[in-house]
Amino acid sequence: MQFWYFLTALTLISALMVVLSKNPIHSVLYLVFTFFCISGHYVLLNAQFLMAVNIIVYAGAIMVLFLFVIMMLDLRRNSPDSKTNLTKLAGAVVGGTVLVIFIAATRKINLGTGADNALYDSQTGMVENLGKLLYRNYLLPFELVSILFFVAMVGAVMLGKREAGERNF
Amino acid sequence: MELTSTVFTAKAIYVGVIFAITLGVAAYSTYFERIFAAFFQDRVGPDRAGPFGILQPLADAVKMFMKEDFIPANSSKWLFILGPCLSMFTALMTSAVIPFGDTIDLGNGVKFDLQGIDVNIGILWVFGIVSLGVYGILVGGWASNNKYSLLGAIRAASQNISYELAMGLSIISILMMTGSLSTKAIVEAQQNGHWNILYQPVGFILFIICAFAECNRTPFDLPECETELIGGYHTEYSSMKLGFYLFAEYINMFVSGAVMATLYFGGYDYPFYETVVNSFGENVANFIGFGALIGKALFFVFVFMWVRWTLPRFRYDQLMNLGWTGLIPIAMFNVVWTGLIILLPAEFNLSSLASIGIAIAGIPVLVVGLFIYHSIAGGKKKKTALAR
Repeated sequence: MQFWYFLTALTLISALMVVLSKNPIHSVLYLVFTFFCISGHYVLLNAQFLMAVNIIVYAGAIMVLFLFVIMMLDLRRNSPDSKTNLTKLAGAVVGGTVLVIFIAATRKINLGTGADNALYDSQTGMVENLGKLLYRNYLLPFELVSILFFVAMVGAVMLGKREAGERNF
Repeated sequence: MELTSTVFTAKAIYVGVIFAITLGVAAYSTYFERIFAAFFQDRVGPDRAGPFGILQPLADAVKMFMKEDFIPANSSKWLFILGPCLSMFTALMTSAVIPFGDTIDLGNGVKFDLQGIDVNIGILWVFGIVSLGVYGILVGGWASNNKYSLLGAIRAASQNISYELAMGLSIISILMMTGSLSTKAIVEAQQNGHWNILYQPVGFILFIICAFAECNRTPFDLPECETELIGGYHTEYSSMKLGFYLFAEYINMFVSGAVMATLYFGGYDYPFYETVVNSFGENVANFIGFGALIGKALFFVFVFMWVRWTLPRFRYDQLMNLGWTGLIPIAMFNVVWTGLIILLPAEFNLSSLASIGIAIAGIPVLVVGLFIYHSIAGGKKKKTALAR
C-alpha cells in the first residue's frame, strides 16, 4: 500500500512535469518516465503482460518516434512564449469549464469498498488467461481491432509512398 | 523465515556472480576483439601489458578513467550524463530473465533456480528492454549539441525500430513452438537435444541478423560510422562516459549471445547430461550446464567479432531496404511455415525427425520463392524504366 502511494505520487509528478517543462525533449523524457510508473501500477495489479506490452509499444516504439521527430525540429524558433492575452484567456476559460465538468461528473461516483475477496483471482492478468478471454469471449472485437490496425498500416504506407517523379527532399 | 532468507542470500550471491561474469566477459571481449582483429589482418595485436597482453583491459580502464572528462558548452548537462548511464542500465537489465542453469539443491530440501526471475512474460521482458536500449544513444546524441552526434542518434533510433519488427516476428515462431513466453519453459522444451535451431533454421538466421543490428555491430554500425559521422553519437564523449558506451556494446553482445543460446541452442542443455547426473549427482551436472550456456554465449561473441572483421559496412539505404523489404517478409513466411512444422506432424502422427525435415524443406521453398519474386519484380522494374 505504501508502495502504491509512492508510485502514484511519482506518476502524478512526472505527468505534471510533462506539461510544465519548457523543453519539448524534457517533456518527452518525462512522458516516458510516466509510462514506466504506469507499468509499475500494472505490476502491482499482477498484470505482467500489460506491463510488458505497455513498455514495448509506448516507451519502446511510440515515444522513440516522438523523440525522433522533436529532435528534428528547430526548438529555438518554436519557443512557446508567443501567446497573446486572448489565447491565455481562452485557455483559462476552456480549462476551467473542463474542471467543472469533471467535478460534476465524479461528484456522485461510487468508489466501492475495495476488492471482493471471494471473487478475486490473482491470475487474471497472466498471459494465458488474458489470451483465453480475448480469443474465446471477445473474438469478434479483437479481430475488428486488428482489421482497424491493418487499415491504419496500409494508410500510413500509402501516405509515405513516393510517387513517380515526385521529389521528397 | 529460515527458508526465505536462505533463498534470498543465494539469490543475492547469484545476481552478484552474474553481474561479475557479465562485466568480466565484456572487459575481456575488448582484449579478444583486438587479438582476433590482429589475427584476421595478420598482425601481432596487443602484447605489451603483461604476458600475451592479458592486462590490456586493465590498462584501457585506467586510461579511460584518467582522461579529462569533458562536457561541451551549450549541451544539456544532465541529459549528457544520463545517456551513457541509460546505455549501461539497459544493457545489464536483460540478463535478469535468462535461465543460466537448472535448479541447484542447497541442502535441507531448498531448491534454487539459477535464474534471476522466472516471470511468465520472460521473452517479452527481453524484447522490452531491447526496445528501450535506443534511449541511451538517442539522449546522449541529442544532448551533445552536435549535428554529427544527432545524425548518429537518429540513425540508431530508426535502425533499432526497423529491426525490432523482424526480431519480434522471429520470436513469435519460437513462441509457437513452445506455447509459452517464459524463458525457462522455452529452455525446458528444448532438453535432450531438441534444440530450436533444428526446427527454426530460418528464424535463427533472422534473429542473429537483427541482433547485429540491435547491438550496432558491423556490418550495421551506421550510427558510429567514422567515414560519414566522425564518431557518430559519441563524438563529443570522452573519458569513462565514452567507456560506458563502448562497454555497453560488449555487454549487449554477451547478453544477446546468451539470449540466442536460450532461444535456439537449448540454453543449459548439453549432450550426455544423464551420464553426468548418474556418476556425479545433479548439482555437478547443473553447474556444467551453467558452464555450457556461458560457453555457447561466448561462441556467439566470437561470431560477432568474426563478422566484424570480415564484412564491410552496409550503406544506410541498403540497411533500411534489408530490414523492411527483406527480413520482414521472410519472417512472415517463417511464421506461416512454423504453423506447418507444428501442424503436419501432429495431424499425421509423424516423429520429431519429420518436423526437422519439414523445417529444412522450408529453406529451398523460401529460396525458390524469393528467386521467382525477384525475377518478376525485377522484370517489372526494367519495363517501367524502359517505358519512361
